[in-house]
Amino acid sequence: MSVTAFLTDSTLCIGCKACEVACKEWNQIPGDGFEWTGRSYDNTGSLGHSTWRHVKFVENGAIPGFGGNSPAAFSWEFSSDVCKHCENAGCLEACPTGAIVRTEFGGVFIQSDVCNGCAYCVVSCPFGVVERNPEDGRAFKCTFCYDRQKVGLQPACATACPTQSIQFGKLDDLREKAQDRMTELKDQGFEDVHLYDPQDSSVGGIHAFFIVRGDPRTYNLPPQPDVPTIYQRKAWTSAAAAAGLVFGTMLLAFLTRKES
Amino acid sequence: MSDPTPHFTPLDTSSDPREIRLQEIRRQAESATRIPLPAVESPDGSRVPASPETGYYGMPLLKRPAWTVEIPLYFFAGGAAGAAAIMASVAQLSGADPRLIRDARYIAAIGGAVSPALLIADLGMPSRFLNMLRVFKVQSPMSVGSWTLVAFSSTAAGAAFFSLLNQRTKMFSPIRVLESASQFLSAITGAVLSTYTGVLIGATAIPVWNQNASLLPIHFGISGMGAATSLLELRGHNTLALNAIGITGAVGETLIGASIELRKNPALKPLKSGRSGWLIRLGGLLSGPLPLLLRLLALGGNQKRNGRLRKVAAVSTVAGSLVTRFAWIQAGGASAKDPAIPLQLPEAGQILRRGV
Repeated sequence: MSVTAFLTDSTLCIGCKACEVACKEWNQIPGDGFEWTGRSYDNTGSLGHSTWRHVKFVENGAIPGFGGNSPAAFSWEFSSDVCKHCENAGCLEACPTGAIVRTEFGGVFIQSDVCNGCAYCVVSCPFGVVERNPEDGRAFKCTFCYDRQKVGLQPACATACPTQSIQFGKLDDLREKAQDRMTELKDQGFEDVHLYDPQDSSVGGIHAFFIVRGDPRTYNLPPQPDVPTIYQRKAWTSAAAAAGLVFGTMLLAFLTRKES
Repeated sequence: MSDPTPHFTPLDTSSDPREIRLQEIRRQAESATRIPLPAVESPDGSRVPASPETGYYGMPLLKRPAWTVEIPLYFFAGGAAGAAAIMASVAQLSGADPRLIRDARYIAAIGGAVSPALLIADLGMPSRFLNMLRVFKVQSPMSVGSWTLVAFSSTAAGAAFFSLLNQRTKMFSPIRVLESASQFLSAITGAVLSTYTGVLIGATAIPVWNQNASLLPIHFGISGMGAATSLLELRGHNTLALNAIGITGAVGETLIGASIELRKNPALKPLKSGRSGWLIRLGGLLSGPLPLLLRLLALGGNQKRNGRLRKVAAVSTVAGSLVTRFAWIQAGGASAKDPAIPLQLPEAGQILRRGV
């Protein structure tokens, strides 16, 4: 089995939300209602327990006097967000039950029949992807369509995407493809394209990378995501010091204040 | 002819086919569905744009901790119980009053019984609590903590039970061996229980927690020690040893409070402003400077007044320990709402501050 990945190319996205719909239908996730967030035409806001694909709408208002190809002209960027399936996954490391596992396709998968809803993965995800369903009690996120991949199908979102904005394939192939696409876009004059794939961070690379126009932070993509396990050495050292301090204080107090 | 102002008559375009076509398109567009809402307007009317300075419309990047009141209560109960178990061992080792040892064991046992109940109640699926014991993962503080809690609860209950049994039989027996063994084990696991909660929240993606990864375990350890000492004082023990421990704890809490106030890290904003900021300060005041002052006053003067002062200090310390745990969880929620730290935004801590 080879490691698979998503390449989400926002320069091809038309904001149709077919990925959101396909994901919901295939995985039978509850609906989010037809509420608008008021943030452009985004109606799910962020990834969550019932939103495993989320189309972001980055809308920049028109400035009178700028039009045509001016970078200050009215622009509308769409980008379909998804679980990053980190190389060093915070949720997977944090899970105390072993419910969160790495699949043979390199994806990060929550086994719902094992999860007991401790919610520790929720605070361990540097991308804010995992969420506990308050009604169900368990944590949910994108499964990377593990069931479909098992039988050789590509994930539902990639299948439904009408513009090939969501591409699915082998990790190494897609990384190469992403580089080619970047060169192509730059040749076409898109100077502001970025490939979001933080391989230099403690997360160690992701299995769902993105091509976006403009600063990735505009899309709530953190420049330096960290897997929370990096804080553990500090924290356990402090815990050992604290235990020593408590023992020492008590011992000293009881030995020197024996008289009363 | 008489009007000197230059003017020109607009071109008559009513018969130009291109203009007619434009009017047609306009009518067509007008009859089609209109956009019902101004596109970029957040529900609170704040109109934060999507930009490299504000992130995605200032919306949170991280998820808020899903934990409710059970978790801070558990941090408090587990912290006090763990420290009480250490206290029982140390007191016995140094030949202190047997009643003090007994009461410390009871506090440990009660805390050891309440803690798992609280932890289970907070689970999304309480019936699956035992899944915690499916695996042991060193890299998961939640896993280490669950195993520690199980070991602590059983050994603390064992120590209390065997000491009760021993009191009844009043003779040397294997019971004494069991009593000492469970006592020792509960002290060791108690040391982990009262400090690991700092690791648990310190090693997360929440900025205000992970920026205090070194501080939290010491903070929570000292807080647990203060609470255990104070609970024993409230049970009527007022030895100088307990007051000395109380003074050390209060000094520690005062220093921790001062270090939080003095550090300039923008990730610490939730500890200094908003509701969580005031809770942190209240918890710090109740566990640090206030009991410290009362305990120092209780060193001189007459016995009766000293006893009263120490009782007040004890109540303050217990309340402070409880408030501190709630404050840190609250601060985590406020921190998760602010995308400025994880996105490294230039105006870190500015966005959504009103909501914090």
